[in-house]
This record gives sequence, structure tokens and C-alpha cells, in this order.
Amino acid sequence: MTETPPTPNGPSGRLAITSLDISFGRRKVVSIDELRLDHAEIVGIAGESGSGKSMTTLAILGLASTVGATVSGSIVLDGQELTALSQDDLREIRGRRIAAIFQSPSTAFSPVYKVGAIVTKALRLHGATKSEAADRAAEAMRQVLLAPDLLRRYPSQLSGGQLQRVAIALALALRAEILLADEPTSALDVTVQAEVLDLLRDLRDVTGMSILFISHDLAVVAELCDRVAVMRNGVIVEQGPASQVLSSPADPYTAELLDSVPKLATTK
Amino acid sequence: MTSAPDAVPAAPAAAVAPPLLRISDLSVRFGPVHAVNQVSLDVAAGPFGLGLIGESGSGKTTIGRAVLRLVRSSGGSITFAGQDVGSLRGAALQAYRRDAQIVFQNPDNTLDPRMLIGSTIAEALNTHHVVPRHDVPGRIAELLTEAGLDPAFAERYPHQLSGGQRQRVAIARALSVQPRLLVLDEPTSALDVRTQAHMLKLIARLRAERELSYLLITHNFGVVSELCEQTAVLYLGKVAEIGATEVLLNSPAHPYTHALRSAVPEIDVASRRSRIVLPGDAPDAANPPSGCVFHPRCPLAVDRCRTEVPELREATHAHRVACHRAEDVLAGAAMSTHHRIHKTPPSTITPMPATSSTQIAAPQTPPQTA
Repeated sequence: MTETPPTPNGPSGRLAITSLDISFGRRKVVSIDELRLDHAEIVGIAGESGSGKSMTTLAILGLASTVGATVSGSIVLDGQELTALSQDDLREIRGRRIAAIFQSPSTAFSPVYKVGAIVTKALRLHGATKSEAADRAAEAMRQVLLAPDLLRRYPSQLSGGQLQRVAIALALALRAEILLADEPTSALDVTVQAEVLDLLRDLRDVTGMSILFISHDLAVVAELCDRVAVMRNGVIVEQGPASQVLSSPADPYTAELLDSVPKLATTK
Repeated sequence: MTSAPDAVPAAPAAAVAPPLLRISDLSVRFGPVHAVNQVSLDVAAGPFGLGLIGESGSGKTTIGRAVLRLVRSSGGSITFAGQDVGSLRGAALQAYRRDAQIVFQNPDNTLDPRMLIGSTIAEALNTHHVVPRHDVPGRIAELLTEAGLDPAFAERYPHQLSGGQRQRVAIARALSVQPRLLVLDEPTSALDVRTQAHMLKLIARLRAERELSYLLITHNFGVVSELCEQTAVLYLGKVAEIGATEVLLNSPAHPYTHALRSAVPEIDVASRRSRIVLPGDAPDAANPPSGCVFHPRCPLAVDRCRTEVPELREATHAHRVACHRAEDVLAGAAMSTHHRIHKTPPSTITPMPATSSTQIAAPQTPPQTA
């Protein structure tokens, strides 16, 4: 917030979600009045399983229909309405403008290809030449503090933390403006988690990338996010600056979530 | 129950009751990998919790499994209530299998998807002849109630229950045979934070009611903080540090514990600490580094650490550490930190220096970014 530059992309924010409803048949699973992500901002969506946070990610990516959900409402990226786009146009936006990383990075990497092949293929699909793709892949690896040599390995030869970094590198190589991070550190050890969080924060500072960070872990959200939206049963019960929401929650559900986090050093 | 508790009063020098479980110099190998390397731990008679904390590959799960004889040890001994666990056979082994129970991270490892919840628990009750057969249904209802579930769940299948409910069933099943020792292997890691909080309350309640002893395996400092008097920090199959949980959290003497502690995310800005950076990845357990296994990543490593293996020794009272530089850590030696506090957007609360008096001083070279 104070440290990050004011948003250059107009007052509406880089990504603006308004009146978004996601339904399976007649059952509405998500109903978001408003959610905004500004330039170089990290916004957290906190909630438990079933709160609709991952469905929201899918909807932003234009992939909700692949799981049988219908979406109504508006998702605007820099003035462009995403819900009106065809899958062909969306394909141009996915990856290149909005990238996503998930809890289990292994789902993003086919085990039978070297990770470098997967990264360069994505770059080529988005128009890079062969040598450009190789250069950008290597550069992105250095940005996530990995040796470019690791591109020659298979996913199984990398640790979970390394693989998650490669997934982030892919988003960087594609020059994505927005990163949707769906529980990206939940499967990692605590020290590796801290490194990935540091990395995300540094990348935001350096590249101005905006990050929508989805997590059930309020402590992680507190560490990383500028603003937070707390979701329950598909509805945002509360949103605001992370320090404010997490130190003096207005909604009893937020308070209950905060209360549930195990307290350190309160040994009996 | 197997044997009467040790009746030898004059055994140890101190006037402490003999531990229920004693692990001495335990080693477990998988081929070239020393998963556990000469680990010694005591678990007191209940109510008592010993936490095992460490990252993937630290050997914490293997220790839990060795205690239950689910993996074979390659050295050392495990003694339960005075009996050598490794040499148990026949009826004595059967009795031990009843005395020591395990709860896994994923309750689906415990519950057969084709068996009704009631049948799963009945199987344990019948195998160990815990109650006469005609009392089994009543006991199942009691156990489910004790675990905070509706007794009607006995007539359901595992898939009809939520993850948290299934984990409660796993605990009810483990408790059905009246064990004296539980191994809880990441019992809450797969659960949502609210469900986890309920589960921790349940364990705390059962611990008091049943005077349970347990070995709690986790990577979460918060969980040991709530449930364990003592905690051991493991690194690459060895105990790096062991002592009262509070002491480990507030004044760790091992740089690894310190780094691990500093990596724990905190909601409260005021209690956040600069994160200590550990360079590199955990080493290959098949080819461990010379000297102290932690030295390649240790911010305080000196020449001695590369050659001489540090023994586990007294750091402060009832607090042991395997580090040549423990005194320096306790005295507040500076370690390289990531400028975490400075990067977080300033909030209404001003970040304060850490409060505890015993705690390591803030880094002497505050990283300045802006």
C-alpha cells in the first residue's frame, strides 16, 4: 500500500469483479458483490474448504464452465470484460496476462516432460521464438532464484518448493500481470513456505505484478497480503486492509477463524 | 494391560518416575539412507505430550512408526513400560499393539471405505477382547460420543462423513482399545483451520480424561505449543534440540530451531521476527555432510562444525542441544535475515522489538530497504 506506487491503471483497479454469481444448476455457490485487485497489490482471499475461493479463481480464468458451473456478472481486466470473451480470446489472456499457480505444483507439470520443455512450450504458444523462449525461461528461473540448469530436469527430480518456483517462473516468463495463487504454499514445509512468500513479495515489488492469494491460513495472509477478503459459503463476509481485518475483525466469522489459529507459546 | 508399571524405585538418579516410553540410540536405515540416526527420547507417563518437529525428511514419521514396530530399526532400543519392544513376541506383542496406537494424517488410511464406521471400531474391540461382544454396540456409541460425534454415525460409511469427522472416528478407534501411548502423526495437517482447532481441543480433553501419553508428530509449532510439554526438533534424522516447548519457542539454542521458528507466519505484526535465511536445500540423507549435518546451511557454522559432530548436551536446565555454537545463539549472535518486517506494508501497529527477555536480540545489522 503505502510502499507500492499508486495505481496507474485508473481508479477501477486492474482486475475488478462485480456482482459475480457462480452456480451449479440452480445452486449458487459463489456470490461476490465486489472484489478489486490493483496494480502491484496482493489481495488475499481467506476461507475454508467449500467457501468458494477456488471457484472464484476458476471463474476469473474463464474455466468455470469446464467444471460445469455457470457464471454471471462482470470480471473486468483493464477495461476489458472477460465474461464476454470466447474461449479463443480467453486463451490469449490466460497465461500471458493472468497466470495461475496451485497448491500442488505437480499438477502443472506433466511427469513425462522435462520442466524446461513445458515452460518453453507455453512461451512458444504465446508467440515467442525458440531462442526467445529459451532465454526468457532461463531469465525467469534466475528471478525465482533457481539455477537455469534445473530446466533440464523432470518434475520428479525437483523438490516441491523448487517445482512451485518453476511454476512461478513460468508466470514470470509469460510476463503475466496478474498471478492467481491458489494455496501455493499449503503443501510446503514452513521454511520453504517462508521463502516462497518472500519471493512473491519481492516479485510484486520488482515487477509490479498483482497477486490474488488464496489461502485458508490467516497467518500466511497476514504476512503477505495488503488487503484481505474473508469468504464463507460463497460470500465475502468482510474485506479491507489486512492489518485492520486481522487485528480487529468486524465479522464474527473472521474472529472465529482468527481464534482457531494455534497460538504459539501458550503451553500449559 | 501388559505389565505393571516399573516397580523399581531407585533406578534413575533423579527422583523422576520412569518414562512410559524410552527410545535409546534408535537408528533406522532404508538402504543407504539413515532416516533416523541414534535418536534418544523419553515419553513420560500420561498426561504427557512430546512433540516431534521437523521438515520433510527429518525422520519424525519414521520414529513414530518404529515405536509401533511398523518399520524395523537397525540399531538402538525402544522400551515401553520397562519391556524391550523389539523382542516382544506372541501374546506380549499383541498386548503391546493394544497399548500403543497410532492416528495418521489421513484418516482414510485407517478407515476401510466399505466398512461401516461401527464395524471398523467393533473390529478393534473384538480383536483385543476389550468388552464382551454384547456390550460392543454400547461401547461404540460411547466412543463416538467421547470423540464428539453423534452415535448414529456408527451406521454410516466413511465417505458420508467430512474429513474432520473421519479423523474423529480414527481417534475413537485408536482409543477403543484403551491404549496408554498414542502416536499422532500430523493429525490435523489435512484439516481446515477451524476443524483443526476443534481437533486440538478434543486431544487436550482426552489427554486429561484418559491420562494419555503421546508422541505428536507435526511441522506446526502452534500445534506443539498447545499440546506438548516437551518438544524435540529433528534435522536429517537427528535430534537438534530438545526441551520444554516454551523454552524452545522463546529461547532456542540451535540455529536451526531459531530459523524454523522465525519462518512461522504470525498474524500479530508485533510478534513477527526477522526471518533467518537458510541457504540451500536440506542435504541428501544418503550422503550426509561431515561434522554437524546442519553446517552447510548454518549461518553460524565455523571450521569445527565441518569436522566435529556436536553431541547433544545441556544448554540450559532440562534443555539439550546439539550445536557447538549454542552459547552464541543464546547470547544473541546475529544471523542473516530476510527483510521481512520492512517489506510488509506498515500497519496501524508499529512493529516492536520482540518482547521476551530471553529471546535473541534483533539482528545487529537491520536490513534497510527503502
